[in-house]
Amino acid sequence: MAVLARATEAEIEAALAGAPPLPPHRRVRGPEVGLTMLRGRAGGDGEAFNLSEATVARCTVALEDGTLGHGWRLGRRKRAAEWAAVLDALLQDEARRDAWLAQVVMPLAEAQRAAAARDARRAAATEVRFATLAAMR
Amino acid sequence: MYVAVKGGDAAIAAAHAWLAEQRRGDKALPELSAAQLQEQLGLAVDRVMAEGSCHDRELAALAIKQARGDLIEAAFLLRAYRNTLTRFPAAEPVDTGAMRVRRRISATYKDMPGGQVLGPTFDYTHRLLDFALLAEGEAPLAPEEAEATGAPMPRVSEILAQEGLMRREPPGDGAPPPDLTRDPLPFPAPRALRLQSLARGDEGFLLGLGYSTQRGYGNAHPFVAELRMGEVEVLITPPELGFPISLGEITVTECQMVNQFAGRADTPPQFTRGYGLSLGHSERKAMAMALVDRALMARDLGEEVTAPAQDQEFVLLHADNVEATGFVEHLKLPHHVDFQSELEKLRSIRARWEAARDGVPEAAE
Repeated sequence: MAVLARATEAEIEAALAGAPPLPPHRRVRGPEVGLTMLRGRAGGDGEAFNLSEATVARCTVALEDGTLGHGWRLGRRKRAAEWAAVLDALLQDEARRDAWLAQVVMPLAEAQRAAAARDARRAAATEVRFATLAAMR
Repeated sequence: MYVAVKGGDAAIAAAHAWLAEQRRGDKALPELSAAQLQEQLGLAVDRVMAEGSCHDRELAALAIKQARGDLIEAAFLLRAYRNTLTRFPAAEPVDTGAMRVRRRISATYKDMPGGQVLGPTFDYTHRLLDFALLAEGEAPLAPEEAEATGAPMPRVSEILAQEGLMRREPPGDGAPPPDLTRDPLPFPAPRALRLQSLARGDEGFLLGLGYSTQRGYGNAHPFVAELRMGEVEVLITPPELGFPISLGEITVTECQMVNQFAGRADTPPQFTRGYGLSLGHSERKAMAMALVDRALMARDLGEEVTAPAQDQEFVLLHADNVEATGFVEHLKLPHHVDFQSELEKLRSIRARWEAARDGVPEAAE
């Protein structure tokens, strides 16, 4: 679910376009937009404090067999929250889990891993290599 | 006090229509989209999110467009929008130690595990206007190392804490932190409320206060132990699930500012930390917040409170630019009746003053 929360709505839509259509489902709650309070810790590791609120979209759906799925994500993309909820329900079914993972979640995860790795390589290129006398000898 | 005045409806409508036209500017030029602002004026977006106290890059960009680039007005718009939404459960505190770091520097240690990573920074630029940006062209691609080391980046403050030279942060009791958006600020304010207030405080106000502590108003000798910026995961535990799930990632900037503390009978001399955490990439804000956070600890540490930055009421009641602009700008609204009574009072005092000057005896009561 972390992969779906990190993916943009357009990325999920593109991933779904290459997969079989999502099965029919019933909306149990939402999709709706609200606020969550983001928190930090004093000193990074001390007592918690409230940092800022953030918009959140959430949705709960039920598949025809009654399986419930929940989708939560930062931002206000209700369709993405609903897709995440449907996928959450589908991924609970052992029989269908691997197919949905392979068709939708894994490609998104791979793209996110590649983007994070690229950021890490860029950051590494800006790491200072101090030239000390010892190193210059 | 101001009184409601009728009769300005047509004038107000015309004024707002003109405002909208001015906002659009020269129609021969393409219109800016909120998405462009989000991508290309990202630091303004970060500031509006922080001071509007609402994380939503798209809405912050929209607010900047609507406010014609007036960032305080934009924060005001975002704050107002936020009031229309229902509240879901709060998120877990973010773990900045597990940050996906894009930038991390220390002014106190040259070599430390994980190294000095400059990231995308204005530091070391020459602050010369780049006329190439006036022309259209492609931005250069950032170079990449073949391989990122992936070395862990422990907090610099932890290095000192292990030596016993850094005051450890009390871990907290696990109870939800107090929230100034729900209850009025008590004084003295606990640290959690001070940090919340500073996190949404005006960057300029906090910068000036932080600067004042460096210049002698509060006796601070700060060092940046660590400044880091990157992505952290936001976790929430929805009641229907009962276990934490990810809401996605946000960018934050964190500053650990080290300051000496003389110690007292029950506490050895040691370093203390001022802490800054802000939404997005906003180093000046995080640093200013850390300086003021440390200054506000004076009372807790038994230090003498002598400077404005150490005065909780002064700092926390004036840091919010939405509140400040509301109270200052309300002076523009009609105060006609108030002013009439001031005018009459002044006229009568003035008449008595002139009578006394001219030696005319006051009329009998």
